Amino acid sequence: MKKIEYTKIKGQSLAYYGLLAGLGFMILMGLLATWYMEHNGHYVTGMSNQIVWGMPHVFAVFLIVAASGALNVASIASVFGKKIYDPLSRLSALLAIALLAGGLVVLLLDLGRPDRLIVAITTYNFKSIFAWNIILYTGFFAIVGGYLWMMMDHNMHQFKKKVGLAAFVWRLVLTTGTGSIFGFLVARSAYDAAIMAPMFVIMSFSFGLAIFILVLMAAYNWTGRELGDAVIARLRNLLGVFVASVLYITTVYHLTNLYITEHHGVEQFILRDGGIYTNLFWIGQVLVGGLIPLALIYAPGVKNCRKTLGLISTMIIIGGLCQMYVIIIGGQAYPMEIFPGYEVSSSFFDGIVNQYAPTLPEIILGLSGMAVSLLLVTFMIKVLSFLPTSLADSVTDPHAK
Amino acid sequence: MSDQINDSRRNFLSKAAIAGSITIAPGVFLHQTAQAKSDDQAVSSNTRWGMLIDTDKCSKGCTDCVDACNNEHSLTGFDRPTTDAQYIRKVSLVEKQTGHEISLPMMCQHCETAPCVDVCPTGASFKREDGLALVDKHICIGCRYCMMACPYKARSFVHEEIKNQTLSAPRGKGTVESCTMCVHRIDKDGIPACVEACTEENHNAMIFGDLNDPNSTISQELKKHGGKQIRADLRLNTGVRYQGL
Amino acid sequence: MTKCFLRISLILTGLIMLFPTQGIAETPFPTIHEPEGHGVECVEDEDEMRRNHMNYILHQRDKTMHEGIRTETYSLSRCIDCHVQPNDKGEVVGHDDKEHFCNACHQYAAVQIDCFQCHADRPQKYIKRASKPQALKEQLQEVLAAKDMGDAQ
Repeated sequence: MKKIEYTKIKGQSLAYYGLLAGLGFMILMGLLATWYMEHNGHYVTGMSNQIVWGMPHVFAVFLIVAASGALNVASIASVFGKKIYDPLSRLSALLAIALLAGGLVVLLLDLGRPDRLIVAITTYNFKSIFAWNIILYTGFFAIVGGYLWMMMDHNMHQFKKKVGLAAFVWRLVLTTGTGSIFGFLVARSAYDAAIMAPMFVIMSFSFGLAIFILVLMAAYNWTGRELGDAVIARLRNLLGVFVASVLYITTVYHLTNLYITEHHGVEQFILRDGGIYTNLFWIGQVLVGGLIPLALIYAPGVKNCRKTLGLISTMIIIGGLCQMYVIIIGGQAYPMEIFPGYEVSSSFFDGIVNQYAPTLPEIILGLSGMAVSLLLVTFMIKVLSFLPTSLADSVTDPHAK
Repeated sequence: MSDQINDSRRNFLSKAAIAGSITIAPGVFLHQTAQAKSDDQAVSSNTRWGMLIDTDKCSKGCTDCVDACNNEHSLTGFDRPTTDAQYIRKVSLVEKQTGHEISLPMMCQHCETAPCVDVCPTGASFKREDGLALVDKHICIGCRYCMMACPYKARSFVHEEIKNQTLSAPRGKGTVESCTMCVHRIDKDGIPACVEACTEENHNAMIFGDLNDPNSTISQELKKHGGKQIRADLRLNTGVRYQGL
Repeated sequence: MTKCFLRISLILTGLIMLFPTQGIAETPFPTIHEPEGHGVECVEDEDEMRRNHMNYILHQRDKTMHEGIRTETYSLSRCIDCHVQPNDKGEVVGHDDKEHFCNACHQYAAVQIDCFQCHADRPQKYIKRASKPQALKEQLQEVLAAKDMGDAQ
């Protein structure tokens, strides 16, 4: 294997500054949306006392989950010793940090009191999985940041593998924590399941890799650098395995619930009677985010087609957002079973399906989180040498193990 | 200032006296003042405040407890039912199998092991020594995780700016709130506004008292006739119990 | 190119920072109204209160919130009860008005306070109750009625 040469991108074209400006504009809109929501209070959003977490949380959790998944490429190289992924490690770690930052920005800006950030990071209730997540996020920045340093500083190369292992373990714990935010909720029938944690871990593999592939292809295409078929073929196969895994664990989750009488109600709701949630589940999550990508990945005719791979990745991201929507909003829309065996009614929407319609500011805030991630990546690859000058087959050499 | 407090105190005491006299009639004391606490005394776990609700005495259309609560905490509505706060609500139940109808007030159940307290990242949701589950709004960041976790939908998020709060019930935009069992009254030897209203209007469906004191009315009544917890399967050991459920 | 950006942003930052400094320079020294009961001593010396009132209030806050200690001496409501009084026109101004006892100094010192987003900014007797219980009751019943109709469909 040849020595990999990393260089900064030039980033002086009009298109580059256009991209920066576009993302910056999106972030500005996100800040405006936040100001609007925080100034008026959350009643201007679609969120209510029944649907307490809305569109911002769909985006935030998606980005946070994808963040730990984006680190996978680096982990496969350093922990599992697959050399072909090695040149991709820097971008993988950078993207992981950027996605987490984007997700956290959204989460923070949706708080009722975002001005109390200092309270959130200084007073802890150690029994709260949410508090643990705050520690896990902070640690993730530190460890992956350190990992990048080990990778980019020649004097530190000797520690690369160890720190890479630590980062790998940490990211597994982190996604376990994120999944447990839902898994630890006894109150709602859609959550309250240990499988939420591994489900989120597997979702992270898939979402993170999809975003990674898109960013990688865009970066190489737009800078005119060479990206060989060997790398692409590997990533594509890996993506196939991850998408199949998500479908598998989703099936297990629903089969388990279908077996437990107590959960028949919520399963009927998600799988059959839930209207928008049912549609998002079958069409968004299963079809667009699962079956079609899977078919395309293994379809013989389009094996080396970059455009198809881009389409597949985009579909997985859309499907992932749908999945988050079904989990987060659908789980709250289904009426809480406070009085099993009774028809319930009250002035506080007991016993009925809760309505939620996301408002524009919420969606803009969510999208601006994505813009934060992409802006960070776009900016950083110009400042530091994250990208190999070439990823041509002759450089990555698929035959070296 | 002190005059005013004394005034309200006197007011309250006379109300309590009325309340007392009403309840004495059916042979039930509403509230014991034996363990009265002075203002500078910290609350202790010797007491556990609780409530017992007799659903047979709670009639379907009646909202006296709800009105009293809204008035006490100045829960002024903004005509937006999905986002307006409700500390206490009337719930109508019809058993699917038998058609049996039940009406009851639902509020924070003040669980011993409260899910809201477990999940709160900052510790703003906390249990007071005397069993009350409260929100320290000074450190609440408005993440709403407690609302996700509460099995009783007891909590509300303040969705907009609040003006004209009462002195004893501070509440403001961006924080989560719920029934405090009228902690400001309890600390001054009072009883919750809902219980007071229910008793004053002669419905007598609610009893408030110390669950740790075996001689309290609530403990005696629970011992004699029992009382169920809502979602007892979660084993949260709620402070609010129901009869006729 | 980058340098150019840097320069522009530095100049912009400088310009932005100019505004508040000018604003402060023009703010007149706050006038604080005499508390109710002229000549009555505050709970501590005036100098002590000016410097450390927040510590007293903060300490009392946690004691009241978590331990149910409701002594009045250092409570926020005690401050408000004495210090927030009607002005010459007989009106009690809100906490965001620069005439308000707390805001007068806090605006001057540019220290934002967080108390009155939740707490009453005036003594109880000056609080206007926005809704009467009757109005609330009617509203509730309307909601319940609407709910019943929703069920019927």
